[in-house]
Amino acid sequence: MNYEIIVVGGGHAGCEAALAAARKNHKTLLVTGNIQNIADMPCNPSIGGPAKGIIVREIDALGGEMGKNADKATLQIKLLNTKKGPAVQALRAQADKVIYPQEMLKTLQNTKNLTILESMVEHLIVEDEKVKGVILEDETKITSQAVILTTGTYLKGMILVGDQKKSGGPHGEKPSKYLSEDLEKLGFHLLRLKTGTPQRIDKNTIDYSKTTIEQGDKEPHTFSFERIKYYDVNNQIDCHLIYTTEETHRIIKENLEKSSMYGGHVEGVGPRYCPSIEDKVVRFADKERHQLFLEPESKEESGEYSNTIYLQGFSTSMPYDIQEKMVHSLPGLEKAKILKYAYAIEYDAIDAKDLKQSLETKIIENLYTAGQINGTSGYEEAAGQGLIAGINASLKLENKDPLILKRNEAYIGVLIDDLITKGIKDPYRMLTSRAEYRLLLRNDNADIRLRKYGHQVGLVSEEDYQKYTKKLENIESLYKLLQKNKITPTKEVNDYLEIIPTAQLKDGITLYDLLKRPEINMHIIEHFIEIPYDYEVKEQVEINIRYEGYIKKALHEAEKMLALENKKIPKDIDYDKIPNLASEAREKLNNIKPTSLGQASRISGVNPADISILIVYLRKWENNV
Amino acid sequence: MNDTIAAISTALGVGAISIVRMSGKDSLEIVSKIFKGTNLKKVQSHTLHYGYIKDQEEIIDEVLISVMLAPKTYTTEDIVEINCHGGINTTNKILELLLLNGARLAEPGEFTKRAFLNGRIDLAQSEAVMDLIESKSNTERKLAIKNVEGRISKRIKEFRNSLKELISHIEVNIDYPEYYDIEIITINKIKDIVQKQIEELKSLIKESNEQEIVKAGIKTIIVGRPNVGKSSILNSLLEFDKAIVTDVAGTTRDIVEGNIYLEGIPLNIIDTAGIHQTNDIVEKLGVEKSLSLIKEADLVLVVLNSSEKLTKEDLEILEKTKDKTSIVILNKNDLQEEIEKEQLTARNIISTNTTSSKGTIALKEKIKEMFNLDKITTKDYTYLTNTRQLSLAKKALYSLEQALKATKEEAPIDLVEIDIKNAFDYLGEIIGIDYRDEVIDNLFKNFCVGK
Repeated sequence: MNYEIIVVGGGHAGCEAALAAARKNHKTLLVTGNIQNIADMPCNPSIGGPAKGIIVREIDALGGEMGKNADKATLQIKLLNTKKGPAVQALRAQADKVIYPQEMLKTLQNTKNLTILESMVEHLIVEDEKVKGVILEDETKITSQAVILTTGTYLKGMILVGDQKKSGGPHGEKPSKYLSEDLEKLGFHLLRLKTGTPQRIDKNTIDYSKTTIEQGDKEPHTFSFERIKYYDVNNQIDCHLIYTTEETHRIIKENLEKSSMYGGHVEGVGPRYCPSIEDKVVRFADKERHQLFLEPESKEESGEYSNTIYLQGFSTSMPYDIQEKMVHSLPGLEKAKILKYAYAIEYDAIDAKDLKQSLETKIIENLYTAGQINGTSGYEEAAGQGLIAGINASLKLENKDPLILKRNEAYIGVLIDDLITKGIKDPYRMLTSRAEYRLLLRNDNADIRLRKYGHQVGLVSEEDYQKYTKKLENIESLYKLLQKNKITPTKEVNDYLEIIPTAQLKDGITLYDLLKRPEINMHIIEHFIEIPYDYEVKEQVEINIRYEGYIKKALHEAEKMLALENKKIPKDIDYDKIPNLASEAREKLNNIKPTSLGQASRISGVNPADISILIVYLRKWENNV
Repeated sequence: MNDTIAAISTALGVGAISIVRMSGKDSLEIVSKIFKGTNLKKVQSHTLHYGYIKDQEEIIDEVLISVMLAPKTYTTEDIVEINCHGGINTTNKILELLLLNGARLAEPGEFTKRAFLNGRIDLAQSEAVMDLIESKSNTERKLAIKNVEGRISKRIKEFRNSLKELISHIEVNIDYPEYYDIEIITINKIKDIVQKQIEELKSLIKESNEQEIVKAGIKTIIVGRPNVGKSSILNSLLEFDKAIVTDVAGTTRDIVEGNIYLEGIPLNIIDTAGIHQTNDIVEKLGVEKSLSLIKEADLVLVVLNSSEKLTKEDLEILEKTKDKTSIVILNKNDLQEEIEKEQLTARNIISTNTTSSKGTIALKEKIKEMFNLDKITTKDYTYLTNTRQLSLAKKALYSLEQALKATKEEAPIDLVEIDIKNAFDYLGEIIGIDYRDEVIDNLFKNFCVGK
């Protein structure tokens, strides 16, 4: 058997990678351990959230699938942070755990050039430091020009409950035993990471009268710029809020050493942002209670997820009997039936410093990795990388330059740059504060930022691209309209302004300048002039004018960064030959081998003084070449 | 950076003992060639050895040599210090011998540069050391030494920590909007914190500006029409402290006639004598020049003749100096007073004459009082000590003021935060900290969030 591109793993990274490669007309094979688990959501039943929701929008703008698929599976959706600025607003949807994988599988099966194979990959075929294919568990060889590894937690995956440890995946599947050994032999640096997931509760055994209801927005939302609404705004599925009790905390403290973590059975490093409930109780001992969300996993009538409620915030590695006691100490859950116990999972990941910005590995040519294997956590982070790996493996086969998104262009760019430049110690989750230009990386402008790239690489259709260029034109026209039209201090105008209230006019003012006032919005502007454009166009113009000062500052900062980013560091540079570099910087630079001064400046331990020395050296070096 | 450097590290000819310092891997090899005494190549680190420096067979000086081996030294390299008996010629001779035997003359500040590049000290500390090297008076040295101990770093870190708490709190509200147990930080609360930081940063900058006086001195100009006794005032000030009068060429435009020290603070006196020449064109140039000098001066001493009525020229000078920090000196008070004192009520006035030192003492006291010199010199020193640090602190202040403005306009908290973050970064730059994940680390340390 021979393919152009093989994708190993059918999770969120694997689906995006396989779709991108196949849609770019490469003969693609997706190998997965179990077809039923394709695009499975083994942890929380939600997609999006601060920063993560913006990643989903970016995936959509680039021509990926996650946004469209999440829209099809929406149970409830909210725009978060609406009381804050436009930069930090993001969508978060409760997604149906049955519909989401079903719809994704349908899409995969209906995609030309894409074959799905149920099997386990155990070895890579590598010749002359170049990947040539994979070997399956039954020793079948499949050759290819490129391989994308999106193996999630399956590299030496190990499930932990209390002092019980057994190898396997979230659904009791077999883990991949040899692949990580292969990678280590090839020279990759491996990390051992840990994550966890809480209990699933039978929804019919919960007393909802003791909970607080959490509802979706009354305004409709979609992740995709396609804007097809599949859910009923007035009939969204509710979530519920409860809090831990004194009794819960007492049970946890009394049984602490029985947990895998505190009992010393875990070697992997867990995510800081996703602490187990025992961690929370120990580390924040002064907190009387911790909040928990009851999140429905599906509205389907039958199947694994039909009756289950995800107990968000209660992840633990306690043994089953203690979990029973803990759950029953919660208000409304006194008689709850646990359908699935909480567990921790340990797995191997590769140190992303072994990767290039294209997600191709530095060690083996044409081998790409994406998702949890690179040390990230989260469906959205995985999908974003999968899309980029799929695009770049394809571009490589087409002899084209890789698509590398910069930190001022996309959260996906921030994500990949952070991974390969800084490396990680615990699983990486995207946060808005990781993006220094977050005012530029908004939920509302993902298409403005990225559609052009999606079109360039061939994942955005001509029709969608026309829609996008039309939108850009309309935005320009609206700017001009507002700049051209003035209002004058007539009594009528000033009376209206007084009601708003905002300062009355003394001289004429353009509508553009009027919109800059904090208390003015586009709706008020429309009192003075008819605006023949749709909501999205108005939104862009309004945000850009109202926050002009801040946006200009961010653009200015980004330009400074890009100046350094554009100064490339030659591959064959020898840091040992550069006099005066501090020894820590020398070591880090040798280790990471940054491709630009910009990347070098973001390495921790490389100080501005080292960058100055490097600049001087590079200038000399260029003159000598 | 592999060669061995040497330099005289004490002020030439000042102390009883001079130190010649050498740093680099060949230090011991080089000093052994000119030392008569113990075999220095075999001694333990951080020890002191008695012996002689010789040139061939000629004894140059009786010395104590300290040997400090890498890495626990100032530069982290091998360091040898030769303590000799002062004297410009002897000290120079010893340095020369080291250079002849393979050391290279260190550039100014090169020891510190090595310490910094080898990671021994941080940026703020290295700058403080540079200031120490350049310090001219005792007060200034005291300031620099305190700084070496990291006091400024500590103060800046305290500033940054309060901002870090604030930023982490804003961030946790943004990234975890549905954690109802975490306090939502309101725009009013941000306003209060930013306001408080602004006040404190302002006072640090103000105190630091006072310290600029410690370092740069008080630029003083003496003005007055011819023959009122400017030169005699100048001479009486200089006379008073003759031992440390030096003739220093100032900038290309000013000639510093001399400086005297008040409480260790240099008073740089700029001469305008000879401005008024007979030739009209020259006189015009002179007036222009003295006007620009008045503008730049920290202190203007206006000299008037108390035995004469105010002339048109006197009045013009008084008018030009009325908004400056100035003292009006009524000279020749031993003669019959004719001057119209009632026209000078708004000014600081000192009466004096050249026959008694009383007026000069009063003048000095007045200057000390006006510049807070007693207070400056007795305070504990925690100040920004160079222009780079001061300008970064001012940028931080400006950013905080922008943030405060945004809170008043009720901008969204994430936008207000942009300027707070900038201030945080500028403060980090002062002490050379550039660690981007600090806020995220702090967020997870202080807030209980996660699924």
